[in-house]
Amino acid sequence: MSSLVTSNWYDIRDLSNISRDILEGLANVLPHGVVYVLAPVLGFIATFILVVLPSQLIVGVYGERKIIGRVQSRFGPNRVGPFGLVQPIADSIKLMQKEALTPKYADRAIMWLAPIIFVAPCVMLFAVIPFGPRMILANIPVALLYFVAVSSMPVLAAFMAGWSANNKYSLFGAIRIISMAVSYEVPLVLGLLGIVLFTQTLSLQDMVEWQRHYHIWLIAAEPVAFVLYFIGVGVELNRTPTDIAEAESEIVAGYLTEYSGMKWGLFYGMDIGYALAAAAFGSTVFLGGWSMFGLDHWVPPWMIIIGKTHLFYFLFIWTRGTLPRLRIDQLMSFAWKFMLPVALFNLLVIATERMIWVQNDLADGIVYVFAAVNIVLALAALVFWSRFLGYRPENTPKKPRMVREAGGYVPLPTGKETR
Amino acid sequence: MEGFGPTFGFYAMSALTLVSAGGVMLSRNLLHAVLFLIVTFIGVAGFYILLSAEFIALAQIIIYVGAISVLVLFAVLLTPRAGRDNGETKMALPGIFLAVCLAAVLAFVINDTNWATVATSPELTASSLGEALLDAWALPFEMASVLLTAALVGAIMLVRTPEEEAEDALR
Amino acid sequence: MSIGIEHFLIVGAILFCIGLAVALSKRNAIGVLMGVELMLNAVNITLITFSHFAVSDRPIAGHAFVAFSITVAAAEAAVALALAMSVYKNRETVDVDRINLLKS
Repeated sequence: MSSLVTSNWYDIRDLSNISRDILEGLANVLPHGVVYVLAPVLGFIATFILVVLPSQLIVGVYGERKIIGRVQSRFGPNRVGPFGLVQPIADSIKLMQKEALTPKYADRAIMWLAPIIFVAPCVMLFAVIPFGPRMILANIPVALLYFVAVSSMPVLAAFMAGWSANNKYSLFGAIRIISMAVSYEVPLVLGLLGIVLFTQTLSLQDMVEWQRHYHIWLIAAEPVAFVLYFIGVGVELNRTPTDIAEAESEIVAGYLTEYSGMKWGLFYGMDIGYALAAAAFGSTVFLGGWSMFGLDHWVPPWMIIIGKTHLFYFLFIWTRGTLPRLRIDQLMSFAWKFMLPVALFNLLVIATERMIWVQNDLADGIVYVFAAVNIVLALAALVFWSRFLGYRPENTPKKPRMVREAGGYVPLPTGKETR
Repeated sequence: MEGFGPTFGFYAMSALTLVSAGGVMLSRNLLHAVLFLIVTFIGVAGFYILLSAEFIALAQIIIYVGAISVLVLFAVLLTPRAGRDNGETKMALPGIFLAVCLAAVLAFVINDTNWATVATSPELTASSLGEALLDAWALPFEMASVLLTAALVGAIMLVRTPEEEAEDALR
Repeated sequence: MSIGIEHFLIVGAILFCIGLAVALSKRNAIGVLMGVELMLNAVNITLITFSHFAVSDRPIAGHAFVAFSITVAAAEAAVALALAMSVYKNRETVDVDRINLLKS
């Protein structure tokens, strides 16, 4: 792997120089076992302070609430500081000083444990994201699978939270979230499998190298995989339009009903943190990671990937502000009837293209042809499969019907309609 | 395996796994037993990572922790009138005695055998597993997919209510 | 001290015997299934241990076997739980002591 940046410790384009110098200095002083344990701790602290905490506070709490407010034709928070900038700090202080109630007949041990199990995987996800050519905490060769594996654990934590509260509404939220998450993992993994067929590797650093080598982002080469990832990970993250496990207008607060104070604060903070981790992973796989067609030689690559993460997170915020919430049966039928066949068809197309590529030993430029074909097929699949399933956009009324226009009363659904 | 890291990792993982397996056995609440089972699965995944089988470790977490544990939790949720107290059956003591004897026999055999081990472990990656599954063991691979389809269809058929069957019956 | 093949095999054996004890002694059918899953995990640990340590001309066989074992365990868990649901619908219990209609 070519290294674009120098090895001087003051070169901020590659912060691993600084960490290498610090660890070598420590290895001269402390015994080997202590440095062995201290290195990942330092890496975690560095990632947390540089990437996660500022992104969470500024983009996640403040930016999200301001942008959603503007989308909904209102100001976001603007009372606490100038333009509401002190809002995240005020929120943290309020949550820390609030009493964390536990109901009398709830399962205390599990209720205490659930936020911890929710926080740990979301933090672990940042370990495999490459922030630069050598700035990666854990360059494991199966990083893609690591992401899928670790993202199945917060779901169990949410279920534990919902069950232990001894509350009907919490149990509804818990059941909804595990059925949602398990259903949407299947098209998510099938979409990522299509990506692996092209890049021939599961490691995230190698995927960024692939995108740099072929000068194409994987979002253009496989748009169906990107859409499947975006929707699938949006469901795993429990974000609107699919936040029915925590729906504020339906089931009080779903699995979070009985949580208050900093326990709720951990869930809320890691909601944002997990979304940032998924956005960082999506930017690495689909949007090119720390590479930017040569710009990463002057601009520090970690700034590039943090920027792309925030852009991806803005897509999450935009979807949240715009779309209404789905019902659970609409959500499930969307996963099993629409997304799974599209994922399988996508896999078939990608495997065929890969076979043509390998057997005829084609040049590198064939990727652009495949990208064009994939984009056309993605639009065709979207249009034709949804028509096949019965969705007719021309039948949607242009404006809502008034009751008097419909003849004085609106007939109740009898259960025999097809839509 | 030499060194501080693998040794500490091995003892930490075995403590985690065996204590949680004991928790499955001894806890007084069925849901706590399921949660101990999930921790056991994660401990076993830790063993796989110690043995350089990262792909199998992550597959274990995805399938066991992500899917099978969810199945068991759904089963516990959907049987509300069953006993949730994780009690023992009448024939528990002979069963536990049998397990202890078997553990003693296995430990003796393992200690006594002259294992023929390699000096350096083979380098087994995800791609070599993929090649093996599609090259040498392609037939079991295809049979596993048939088995999964049969299990899927069978499980759905077993839990259908007569009304749902009547809806889909051929007219 | 270094970790050898016997350490992993002993852990696998103890996990297998704990799983056997759980499967033989629990009253709830779902508890019995949990014991069976523990036994399958212990066997998988043993297979991966042999794949890592033992002399063999195709060491990937252990990994392939474990892949199939995990698959079969998932299928079997699904069918076993569907059976438990079915029994629960008819008998309103999943207590193995009380599902004894075939007893003479």
